[in-house]
Amino acid sequence: MKKMLLICFLLAFIPSLSSAAGSMDLDEYIEGMNVKTSDVKSLQRGARNFFNYCSGCHTLQYMRYNQIAEDLGINEDQLMQNLIFTDSSPQNLVMNNMLKEDGDRWFGKAPPDLTLVTRRKSPEYVYGFLNSFYMDNNSPTGVNNYVQEASSMPHVLWDIQDRYTDQEYSQFLNDTVGFLVYAGEPIIEKRKSMGVWVIGFLLIFLIFSYALYKDIWREVK
Amino acid sequence: MAKKTESIFTNPFLRWIDERFPLSSLIKDHATEYYASKNFNIWYLFGVLSMVVLIIMLITGFFLTMNYKPSADDAFDSVEYIMRSVENGWLIRYMHSTGASFFFIVIYLHMFRAMLYGSYKKPRELIWVLGMLLYFCLMAEAFFGYLLPWGNMSYWAGQVIVNLFGYIPFVGDTLTEWIRGDYFISDITLNRFFAFHVIFLPLAIIGLVAAHILALHHVGSNNPDGIEIKKNLDETGKPVDGVAFHPFHTSKDLVGITVFLIIYFAAVFFAPEMGGYFLEVDNFEPADPLKTPEHIVPSWYFTPYYAILRAVPNAALGALFLVLAVLLFVFLPWLDKCEVKSIRYRGWQYKFALTMFAISFIALGYLGLQPATGIYVFLARFFTITYFAFFLLMPFYTKFENTKAIPERVVYKKNES
Repeated sequence: MKKMLLICFLLAFIPSLSSAAGSMDLDEYIEGMNVKTSDVKSLQRGARNFFNYCSGCHTLQYMRYNQIAEDLGINEDQLMQNLIFTDSSPQNLVMNNMLKEDGDRWFGKAPPDLTLVTRRKSPEYVYGFLNSFYMDNNSPTGVNNYVQEASSMPHVLWDIQDRYTDQEYSQFLNDTVGFLVYAGEPIIEKRKSMGVWVIGFLLIFLIFSYALYKDIWREVK
Repeated sequence: MAKKTESIFTNPFLRWIDERFPLSSLIKDHATEYYASKNFNIWYLFGVLSMVVLIIMLITGFFLTMNYKPSADDAFDSVEYIMRSVENGWLIRYMHSTGASFFFIVIYLHMFRAMLYGSYKKPRELIWVLGMLLYFCLMAEAFFGYLLPWGNMSYWAGQVIVNLFGYIPFVGDTLTEWIRGDYFISDITLNRFFAFHVIFLPLAIIGLVAAHILALHHVGSNNPDGIEIKKNLDETGKPVDGVAFHPFHTSKDLVGITVFLIIYFAAVFFAPEMGGYFLEVDNFEPADPLKTPEHIVPSWYFTPYYAILRAVPNAALGALFLVLAVLLFVFLPWLDKCEVKSIRYRGWQYKFALTMFAISFIALGYLGLQPATGIYVFLARFFTITYFAFFLLMPFYTKFENTKAIPERVVYKKNES
């Protein structure tokens, strides 16, 4: 958390490049991708990752803390102690203390809200983006990105990537991206499970409606 | 003075109603004694399916308006609010957004049915014209509704379509300004589009549907053989090849409706974005007048016309061709000179032309989604020509068709045994 803030402050005084249309060849960077929104443990870890590494700069402006807690089985104490780092109450939206004007000044463009990022781009894009930072001395942040060329985002996860094995880092990204997919569509699992019941009901209903049709049409000569 | 129909009820309350309201005669005329051919195939399902989708849209739309806010500041947020905080709001919204696409799927198949079996021909020209008015209303309804989520693609696609009116000579600019109520698409535009979407067009559509069905029940339904079943009556005056709408066609339709709902709900629950065709990725970002999406593409159901617009080198002329491409459908009953209705007994000329038309329409729909460059432009021009050729050459190729003899009775497996 402190490191992230440090990087943010260092960045504050560096005018940054506006992001150009990035070169996109995702396949290379999403090899270890395996996002599971049905895995609540993974989503919990993803929430932890998001609030520790992303929420300083990025918001989830359509998401409420207590909604996350309820959906992911996190109790209020855990929520207050481990996920809410601002003076927000649980029923508030996930905002942070960065003013848009400051963000614009520091990064060229304020860090975007991430509620819908996996739906606007794709989960693959977010995973690939977080997995494709490389050193670049010509960049104001010292890093550049293969998925989003000239992105003004620093490699916030450099320390994690450094300490973790490839597999661990991949798991970290899967959890984080999974959480963002959940944030983009909190009812995603409910939708699928309800769908199974609805289609199941209709299939059974189809048997009856077909039998009724056959019965009524028997007399048609 | 309407004829006095004997009550079909024994229940005293319903009899009381019957003496004051033509309930029995309505049920008889439109259900239990409305006879339609017994050999309807799958193509005859899409009329009732469009009715099912209309009802889904009216109900889900009604509930959406309870939480949607038609203002530039709040619209996008209110949609996310519906998706997250409204009880089952996500389901209502996905049913509505998926329903829009399914509406066009069933309407296009319904229209194609009429072209296969000559359902637009005498004496059903007015049913066809009313149907085309419905189609225009549906297009307008979809266009107005598409702006409401106030996503970035909504905004820019709306901009492109409204700007089409700018190509009208002399009054174009004034007209676009009048439509928008502003110099650009703004809060004012959103408000009036909302009014059109939730009041004016739904009312027009409901009224036209009533007229469409009344006209149909007045002349009777066509069938896959294009034979007038009313010409062959039994001793009680019922068509020999007809069965009552209720319970026969209703029970058959129920099977079709169930199958349709399985497909529709599979999309609602498992693929509501449909790979970006039902919900575009750019629409997950609020409208931004300063940020043009890389490719502005209208919804998939408009892309055949969009491809025609872009295929014509001159923009004003392109807009004219777009309007013609839609309007020409209305004139089908008079462009088609062939006496035979059903494709089963028509000559190779019409079979070939209709096949070419179907290929052109689908190809143009695909090309409308692609960038207008290189081979795509060439192909779009080719299919634009074949699209128009289908209509404009119709009076010629249908005049001397090698038609086959039409049977006396409709083709039905039990008729032969």
